[in-house]
Amino acid sequence: MATKHRRKSSDKGKSVPSPHFLVHSPKDNVGVIVVENLSAGTDMVGVITETDKTIKLVAKESIPIGHKVALKALKAGDTVIKYGEDIGKMIADVGTGKHVHVLNLKTKRW
Amino acid sequence: MPMPAKSPARRAKAKSNLSFRGWRRENGRVGVRNHVIILPLDDLSNAASEAVANNIKGTLALPHAYGRLQFGADLDLHFRTLIGTGANPNVAAVIVIGIEDGWTKRVVDGIAKTGKPVVGFGIEGHGDIATIAKASHKAKDFLQWASELEREECDIAELWVSTKCGESDTTTGLASCPTVGNMYDKLIPKGIYGCFGETSEITGAEHIAKSRAINAKIGDKWMRTFAAYQSEVIEAHKVDDLSESQPTKGNIAGGLTTIEEKALGNLEKIGRKCRYIEVLAPAETPNAGPGLYYMDTSSAAAECVTLMAAGGYAVHTFPTGQGNIIGNPIVPVIKISGNPKTVRTMPEHIDVDVSGILRRELTLETAGDALIEMVVRTANGRLTAAETLGHREFVMTKLYRSA
Repeated sequence: MATKHRRKSSDKGKSVPSPHFLVHSPKDNVGVIVVENLSAGTDMVGVITETDKTIKLVAKESIPIGHKVALKALKAGDTVIKYGEDIGKMIADVGTGKHVHVLNLKTKRW
Repeated sequence: MPMPAKSPARRAKAKSNLSFRGWRRENGRVGVRNHVIILPLDDLSNAASEAVANNIKGTLALPHAYGRLQFGADLDLHFRTLIGTGANPNVAAVIVIGIEDGWTKRVVDGIAKTGKPVVGFGIEGHGDIATIAKASHKAKDFLQWASELEREECDIAELWVSTKCGESDTTTGLASCPTVGNMYDKLIPKGIYGCFGETSEITGAEHIAKSRAINAKIGDKWMRTFAAYQSEVIEAHKVDDLSESQPTKGNIAGGLTTIEEKALGNLEKIGRKCRYIEVLAPAETPNAGPGLYYMDTSSAAAECVTLMAAGGYAVHTFPTGQGNIIGNPIVPVIKISGNPKTVRTMPEHIDVDVSGILRRELTLETAGDALIEMVVRTANGRLTAAETLGHREFVMTKLYRSA
């Protein structure tokens, strides 16, 4: 059984509702869904972890936990930025709030 | 199972000087397990080795698939891995069994340099049954001797802690890998030896990896190692973009799309502050004093952890997203996961749950302290999930086909 570690009591006052998605860097154009069973149409709250800034976004389709959501409209050929770094190029267009994965994003390597 | 009464993180922090109780070996290195291993030189000797381990309860056979007709760098790596495994401080004593005496003796002589008890048996001219009988008598002596060795108090600086992640997903880059990074940022300054590797899995983040070297010379050495893996392994053999292999099918199911994305998450394991001080060949023992090392390894979990164990590392920290279940026969492998679904659906495999990071309930600082506490508890003897479940993946890295 995994040992569960909770935030220290001293941190509790700062507690905010759990976000729907997290973004590593303010430069990123994708975020990561961190809740299960997210359905299309959800008004999502996200946090940019580097800056603690909160952002809002509507999920345009159901996206599994751990999968990426477009923070802005992306066109085929666009570079996808995560961690503030290049993680590959779009091979199809997607709109804001849509799922970004193997059908529309591809490595620039190999 | 009862939860720890106090926050583990708070207990870890309360001690200004972290320590653990381990076994000090003849060469001064400290181990956290006390195994007597039966080590086959080659595939042919697995049966006799497993028979000895079956006779003498409490010894551990390490069967593997290779050791015949290897040559050159591949053979060197085979010997370095076997000798390094026997020399690891988690091992108290070793029986080596090989098909013939010559190469068996080469492994025995290599392990004997540590000063620990080691003896070899060749099968040719005797057969399996006589060899098993002779080796079993010796294994019994070694086991009883080892069972009376006592742990002693050791400073955390004497602990060697390696890392590699597996079945990564986007949660590893957000939670479990940066937790390991936070641990290294706190423990490397205390004088431990750290180690990361996975050469193919830095593709897309090599500019960052290079910049994390202690100086330009080591950074250049790292880049040559990276470039060699790309040209000799990946580019020489690839038939497509490696999708479903690197990233793996599990990575993709977890939301990782490209190798670049996977690499950036992977590198979160080395934290923000520490820099690596040397680049090691596979299974090479660190030779530049305390600090973080890079080891040139494949990104396959069992191969990588086997090489790091052969390098002398005594505890392994293993972030996983989708739930890689790997263990190692001689090194405790601590699983850390930030994926709430994995923690819920396969909890028996996870030692440290950091899914609170995704909910913003757990800070990275606190998660790092919790991992340090689990590393210390594991060093003191707490069995990892992988140990209780019998995961003993011992996998040789093969560089090319045998002659």
